[in-house]
Amino acid sequence: MGRYVLRRLLQLIPVFFGTTLLIYALVWAVPGDPFAGKCGERACPPDYIQFMTEKYHLDDPWPLQYLYYMGHLLTGDFGQTFGGRDIGEIIAQAYPNTLKLALVGLAIEAVIGLTAGILTGLRRNGFLDNLVLVSTLFLLAIPTFVSGFLLQFILGTQFKIINPTVSSEVPFHELIVPGFVLASISMAYVARLTRTSIAENSRSDYVRTAVAKGLPQRRVVGVHLFRNSLIPVLTFLGTDLGSLMGGAIITEGIFNINGIGREAYRAITTKESATVVGIVVVLVLVYLLMNLLVDLLYAALDPRIRYE
Amino acid sequence: MSNVYVADQPSAAREGRPSGRLLEVEDLRVEFRTRDGVAKVINGVNYHVDAGETLAVLGESGSGKSVTAQTIMGILDTPPGFVTGGEIRFHGKDMLKMSAEERRRIRGEGIAMVFQDALSALNPVFTVGFQIAEQFRVRRGMSRRDAKIRAAEMLDQVKIPNAKQRVNEYPHQFSGGMRQRVMIAMSLALDPEVLIADEPTTALDVTVQAQIMDLLGELQRERQMGLILITHDLGVVADVADRIAVMYAGRIVEEANVYELYAKPAHPYTIGLLESIPRIDEKGQQLRTIRGLPPSLLKIPSGCPFHPRCPMAQPVCPEKLPPLLQLGPTRASACHFAEELVNRD
Repeated sequence: MGRYVLRRLLQLIPVFFGTTLLIYALVWAVPGDPFAGKCGERACPPDYIQFMTEKYHLDDPWPLQYLYYMGHLLTGDFGQTFGGRDIGEIIAQAYPNTLKLALVGLAIEAVIGLTAGILTGLRRNGFLDNLVLVSTLFLLAIPTFVSGFLLQFILGTQFKIINPTVSSEVPFHELIVPGFVLASISMAYVARLTRTSIAENSRSDYVRTAVAKGLPQRRVVGVHLFRNSLIPVLTFLGTDLGSLMGGAIITEGIFNINGIGREAYRAITTKESATVVGIVVVLVLVYLLMNLLVDLLYAALDPRIRYE
Repeated sequence: MSNVYVADQPSAAREGRPSGRLLEVEDLRVEFRTRDGVAKVINGVNYHVDAGETLAVLGESGSGKSVTAQTIMGILDTPPGFVTGGEIRFHGKDMLKMSAEERRRIRGEGIAMVFQDALSALNPVFTVGFQIAEQFRVRRGMSRRDAKIRAAEMLDQVKIPNAKQRVNEYPHQFSGGMRQRVMIAMSLALDPEVLIADEPTTALDVTVQAQIMDLLGELQRERQMGLILITHDLGVVADVADRIAVMYAGRIVEEANVYELYAKPAHPYTIGLLESIPRIDEKGQQLRTIRGLPPSLLKIPSGCPFHPRCPMAQPVCPEKLPPLLQLGPTRASACHFAEELVNRD
């Protein structure tokens, strides 16, 4: 087990370099001038452009720029924006907000999705089953930007139940509606995945054995059925945290949350390539670590899986 | 062999006298309501088993032998399966009229079951010790520790080496034979009066099959259980069974004690089964088979359901369903020509 974790951690190294290189190349390939419009109404003075070009090695070929960047990054330095702000600081400010939003979303997704999935999986073809079927279809069909604006308008502007935008301290209770919007599509997935898994396993031989042993119904379901059925759902939830963080850009925009989505968007439009790469690098790490965590969780839940 | 009379149809219990039987199935009828129509899977099965006795239920796939067992256990999948008639009496009390809770209490303690494929019948994510011990914890209120010790004792009783260590292992860490022993240990945990073994050796190697059968026989004698052994393998039952009930298309077609059945089968289907066993003195010859296929349960042939495949079929066979005729104290056959078969040389 220990050796497996070590090997997986070592595998992160090539993946890390590969993804960052790819992102760097992509950002570099976006056309445009980083100093256009930087100096107000006038064009920037040639001295300034020359100074900045030298400071940020903008005349060097991009693979070389990448090496400079990685050199700094490995010492923990994310570099500076063209305005002179520490990118590490931007990341440190934006990430907790996005993480909070994603965690709220994940919690909503897990609670509602699992409950709906378990109830419908145990009682198939009933009223509730059809209700969940239709509502998950609804959730899957509505894009985030529609549900986001709709809820903001109805709950925030019309009925004034919530603040239309999230305040700058980003308190948890203000994240409930944005979290719901962010997680709505995954929630539908979780509900359906759980339903299928429960329905499939409830017909399995070991559940029949548990009944034949004379165990009470709630133990058959609560112990024998759930443990097996929830393994695929838990692994989906684990990997979904990364997706929620990466996909938060629209939700953050609608509810004015100062998270990585908004920072990344701003950085892309202003050609702040170092900021974009910095944000994505951290996101890549979150993805990779969550994947590793899910694989380890899988082995912990299912004894048939052992990593050597 | 002249005293031919119809098997006692009105039940002993209905006449007000207890039959004294441990487990008795009477005129059981089960159908499966499927999209393609209603399949009549069990069409009036009668059998019984007493303490210390082994009844082998023999039949092809689809003859209804497993469904009968599932109905007795109360683990029939409903839908599609529905019990449409009959009684299953345990200690003289009809289980089909009991509440769900009453039936649950009988499972494990009164009647327990060993399944065919132990790998899928055991829960893959719990240790075998947990799965045995949970019965002691739930049904006997034992502490976790005591239940674990009892579970190890159970593994020891079914002759699993190193029971104390293996109690903490998972089903996939056991070999096929050992896994079936775990299954047996689990079914015997609450000391049941009747054990139903549904093809317990079908998924195993031939050498292991013999070991498991010996073990089952031994445990049955020790505990004086009633054992219902469901199988399609005539070779398996010869050594262990006291009586054999042969099933075809959801009915018992012949019932006899082992010696009678092997010496002089009284139903053409049984004769066919016995002839299709490979024999060492007939090496090199083509193996005899029963022609045709088992009938579709959606459309069971008229009269005697075996007539399309029967080498002895006469005009009466598609016309009239032969009742299960008692041919002697321990044997019965559902064939129009049963008497002739029994009296032949």
